[in-house]
Amino acid sequence: MTTPVLSVRNLTVEIPTRAGLLKPVDGISYDIAAGEILGVVGESGAGKSMTGNAVIGLLDRPARIASGEIHVNGRRIDRLSRKELRRSRGKEIGMIFQDPLTSLNPLLTIGDQLTETISEHLDVSDGEAKARAIHALEEVGIPAARDRIDAYPHQFSGGMRQRVVIALALCAEPSLVIADEPTTALDVSVQAQITALLKRLCRERGMAVMLVTHDMGVIAETADRVAVMYAGRLAELGPVRDVITAPMHPYTDGLMQATPDASEGATRLRQIPGAMPRLGSLPPGCAFNPRCPYTQDRCCQDPPPTRDVTDGRAACWFPLTEHAAIPA
Amino acid sequence: MPLDQNADPLVSIRGLTRIFDVSKPLLNRIVERLPKRLLTAVSDVSFDVPERTTYALVGESGSGKSTIGKMVVGLLNPSEGEVEIEGINLASETDPDKIEQVRSDIQMIFQDPYASLNPRWRVRDIITEPVRIRGGETDGLAEKLLEQVGLSAVDAIKFPHEFSGGQRQRICVARALASEPKLIVADEPTSALDVSVQAQVLNLMSDLKDEFGLTYILISHDLTVVRHMADRIGVLYLGRLVEEASPDALFTDPKHPYTQMLIEAAPRMDGFGREIVPPEGEIPDPISPPPGCAYHPRCPIAVERCSQERPQLEWKGQSRVACFLAE
Ligand SMILES: Nc1ncnc2c1ncn2[C@@H]1O[C@H](COP(=O)(O)OP(=O)(O)OP(=O)(O)O)[C@@H](O)[C@H]1O
Ligand SMILES: Nc1ncnc2c1ncn2[C@@H]1O[C@H](COP(=O)(O)OP(=O)(O)O)[C@@H](O)[C@H]1O
Ligand code: SF4
Ligand code: SF4
Ligand SMILES: [Mg+2]
Ligand SMILES: [Mg+2]
Repeated sequence: MTTPVLSVRNLTVEIPTRAGLLKPVDGISYDIAAGEILGVVGESGAGKSMTGNAVIGLLDRPARIASGEIHVNGRRIDRLSRKELRRSRGKEIGMIFQDPLTSLNPLLTIGDQLTETISEHLDVSDGEAKARAIHALEEVGIPAARDRIDAYPHQFSGGMRQRVVIALALCAEPSLVIADEPTTALDVSVQAQITALLKRLCRERGMAVMLVTHDMGVIAETADRVAVMYAGRLAELGPVRDVITAPMHPYTDGLMQATPDASEGATRLRQIPGAMPRLGSLPPGCAFNPRCPYTQDRCCQDPPPTRDVTDGRAACWFPLTEHAAIPA
Repeated sequence: MPLDQNADPLVSIRGLTRIFDVSKPLLNRIVERLPKRLLTAVSDVSFDVPERTTYALVGESGSGKSTIGKMVVGLLNPSEGEVEIEGINLASETDPDKIEQVRSDIQMIFQDPYASLNPRWRVRDIITEPVRIRGGETDGLAEKLLEQVGLSAVDAIKFPHEFSGGQRQRICVARALASEPKLIVADEPTSALDVSVQAQVLNLMSDLKDEFGLTYILISHDLTVVRHMADRIGVLYLGRLVEEASPDALFTDPKHPYTQMLIEAAPRMDGFGREIVPPEGEIPDPISPPPGCAYHPRCPIAVERCSQERPQLEWKGQSRVACFLAE
C-alpha cells in the first residue's frame, strides 16, 4: 500500500479547565490518500474544526495535543517546532476557512499576498512568482487575473474572495488541503462553483483534501469517504455511499433522516431528540446514549471503542446492519 | 387569473417596493462630487397568503427576503405599495384600535436565537413580554407555552445562556405564540441550527400551525426546507419575484431559468459524485442592476430582448413566472 498523504493515529486534544480536563478530540484515527476527499461531518461542537486545527498545528491555547501521532507524507509533524510547522503549512498543507476575510490581509493586494506565499515556499524569481500568482488566480476561475492581481480583498465579492483564498492555499502546491466549512457562508450557486473547483483541483493535482462541513448534501456530492464525529469521537468512517445509504451508527442514521430531502414534499422530518451533551458533562458509556433509539444497558456503562473505527466499522455496540427503520 | 380572485387572504401584498439610500454622507458627496446612490432592495412584489397556509420566500443573499419580512410586520415602511393584513393597511390605517389589533396578530421569529433573547431576562419575562406590554394576563402563560414548545415549565425561571441553540429557538417560538398571533413571519428560523435540531424546530412549527391555525411567511435560502414546509413558494432575484408556484410544481417543473439553476445547484443527499456544470457568475450589484431581465447576464438561454425589456410576472398554468421564454 502506498503511504497516505495524511495519517492520524489516536489523536487526542485536551483542554485543561477549572472544571477538569476536556477532550474535544478523543482518540481519532484516519488516513487520507492522494487524490482523495475525506468529508468530516457532525453537529456543531463535535470537534471537526479542532481536529483540523490540530493537524495544521493551529490549536489555540490552552488546547493541546495530548497524545497520538500525525504523519504527512510519512513524516511525523505533531512534534515539529513552531518554525518548522510554519514552513510545512502552506508548502505541504494548505488551509481554507469558512470566512474568506479572516484568511486575507485587507491591507495587501491579492497579488502581493500570493507572491509572498509563493516566494516563501518555492525557490523562484520575483518574475516567476508573479507569473505563478496570475496562473493561480486563473486556475480558480478569476476572470482577467492579470488585471485583478492589483486589487484589494474588499474589491471582490464573497465568492471571488473564497476563490482567492483557495488560490492562496494552493499556490505553493501543497499535497494536503484542510477546508473547514469552505462554502457555508456562500449562496448555493457560488457553493456549487467552489465545490466543483475543489473537486477538479483535487483530481488534477492528486491532493488529499479534508473537507469539514455540516452539510450532508455537500458531503454526498464531494467526498470519497466520510468521517462522522460526535462529542469529540469518531462515530463512523467509510466510503461515502455506504455511510449515507446504509449507515451503521445510529447517530449517522439520525443525521441522515433529519436532513430534509428535496425529492420529497411535506413529510414529517425525523428528529434526533435532545442536543449534543457539553464536553464537561458527557454521559457515561456511549456519549450518544441519551439520544439513541437503540440504547441498552451496556451502552450506559462501557464506551464503545473508537480506537478501531475503520472503514465499515462504527463505534457502537449495536450497529445497524441494514438501512435502519427507526421505530416511530 | 388575477391575484385578486383569491378568497379573502390573511395577508395581501401589492406592488411592494423598498428603496434604501446608501449614499455617502452629504458632505463627502459634495466634496467628492458623488451622485446619490439608491439601492432598490424590493421591487414591485405582489402576493397573497391565505389563512392557515405557509408562504415561503426563497432566494440568495441580498435578494430582498428579510426586507419584505420586515415590511410585513411593520418594522420597516414600504417606499411604495402596500401590505394588508386582515384587510387593514398598517401604514395608512388611522384607527388606533384596529392598528393595535393587527399588530398583536403578527409576530416575527429571527435567524439568530442567540442574539434575539435578552441575556439578562429570565425566560418567563422574555416569553410574556409581548403580552405584558399590552397589559394582558400573564399568570402561568410562560409555563404553558414552554410545554407547548417541548420545553418544561421549570425552565421559566432560567436564563437564556442555560439553553442550547435549538432550545433557544423554541423559546423564541414560545414568545411569538404568547400573544396568540394569526401570522408568524419566520426569517431563517433554522439557519443557525444543526440539521438534527432544525428538524425539531420545523416539526414544532408544523404542529403549532395545525394546532392554532397559524399562517406563516417563511423566509429561507434553503430550498429543501422550503419544500417541506410551504404551501406556496415565491422565488426572489434582486428584489423581484421571478417565479411563484406550489412546491410540487416548483420542484418538478421549475419554469424560470433562475429557479432551475437554484434547484440544480442545491447539493443532494443522493448526488454521489454528481458533476454539475457550475452556474455562471454571481448576483450583480443591486445598486446598478442589469437592464431588462436582471438575470440575463447569467441566463444560459437569454435572447436579445432579455437585455432590453423586463419580463412581467405572468400566470403560466398554476404558476406565475417572469421570463420571456418560459413555457
Ligand atoms: N437598512 C438597509 N440599508 C441599506 N441597504 C439595505 C438595508 N437593508 C437591506 N439592504 C440591502 O437590500 C438588499 C436586500 O436585503 P435583504 O436583507 O432583504 O436580503 P435577504 O434576501 O434577506 O438576504 P440574506 O439571505 O443575506 O438574509 C441587499 O442588497 C441589502 O444589502
Ligand atoms: N478554547 C476552548 N475552550 C474550551 N472549549 C473549547 C475551546 N475551543 C473549542 N472548544 C470546545 O471544543 C469542542 C469542539 O469544537 P470544534 O472543533 O470547534 O467543533 P466543530 O468544528 O465540530 O463545530 C466544542 O465542544 C467546543 O465548545
Ligand atoms: S452504543 Fe448503544 S447508545 Fe451508543 S449508538 Fe450504539 S446503540 Fe446507541
Ligand atoms: S427573460 Fe430572458 S434572461 Fe430572463 S430568465 Fe427569461 S430567458 Fe433568461
Ligand atoms: Mg467548526
Ligand atoms: Mg435575510
